Amino acid sequence: MIRSDILREIAPILRDQLVVCNIGLPSQELHMIDDNAANFYMLGTMGLSSSIGLGLALAQPKTVIAIDGDGSVLTNFGTLPTIANNVADNFILLIIDNGSYGSTGDQPTYAGKRTSLAAVAKACGCENVIECQAAETGKILREAIDSGKMTVIVSKCESGNIKVPVITMDPVVIRDRFMKAVAG
Amino acid sequence: MNISKQIVDDFVANDISFVTTVPCKQLGGVIEEVEARPEIYHIPSNKEDEGMGLCAGAFMGGKRPAIIMQNTAIGVTINTLVTLTQFYRMPLPMLISYRGELKEPVACQAEMAVHTKALLAQLSIPTYHFHKKEDAQELDAILKYTFMCNKPVAILTDATFWGGY
Repeated sequence: MIRSDILREIAPILRDQLVVCNIGLPSQELHMIDDNAANFYMLGTMGLSSSIGLGLALAQPKTVIAIDGDGSVLTNFGTLPTIANNVADNFILLIIDNGSYGSTGDQPTYAGKRTSLAAVAKACGCENVIECQAAETGKILREAIDSGKMTVIVSKCESGNIKVPVITMDPVVIRDRFMKAVAG
Repeated sequence: MNISKQIVDDFVANDISFVTTVPCKQLGGVIEEVEARPEIYHIPSNKEDEGMGLCAGAFMGGKRPAIIMQNTAIGVTINTLVTLTQFYRMPLPMLISYRGELKEPVACQAEMAVHTKALLAQLSIPTYHFHKKEDAQELDAILKYTFMCNKPVAILTDATFWGGY
């Protein structure tokens, strides 16, 4: 399974939640698979999906799922101690770890080599860290939502991309409809 | 009145309830005050761009955020300011320690100081400079302006304002 297969499979679960989605292909794929107001698409700023998601989770009570990638977490490694030390039990960080920088042409990341993001998250102090295989992601995500505990999921999948259109929606429209979904 | 307390009073009066900070000696008193206030969730960040991400999320969650950082952070956060805070039109008061100005003992700080205002101007970020104690009286109006126009706004506070090192 590649990232878009996972997104397609978990889309029905994501639909009822607030989702902050990583820059590039992940956002474009989610937008194509199931665009809705409760999705916040990052059009720029690599690395900050988990930070935006944590800030959102700390600010209001609804469940927030931040979809991140292994490359983006490596870019913003400081996020993991911040998450560990500011527990928001309505926050789930879903790292889709395909061991590559998908949006830029599948260059390998260190997470696909010797570095274990699950081990790093645990070392940073995150309490509920689950590494799973791509096919288990939906089940693990459902359980994490139901547990009411802040959870970091590292879903290991294969590298690869599908053809998707870019998101042409204006950022202020994305933000405005998302904020209405948050408040609604 | 203690200037750090006065600044945080203005934060609270403007309903700022989510503040991220990166450590700074000059802003240490403000950071302590932020930590002490029950009205504010204080979340230290490891890097300023991470902090701006946290603030963006908090804002979309209905809270008014602020970031406290040094001017060196302008060099770290340009991409975030442009592609997140400005692109999505989000308000963000940035209380900034303006290192490298008069009374600065560390030469390297002057290297970033000479670029600070030029970079902020290039980014079209409204910028205010607190040099004398009484300049802080404008903070309340600056915060109201920030949340009126949904922009990042810089408040530079130099060593003279803080009474030297």
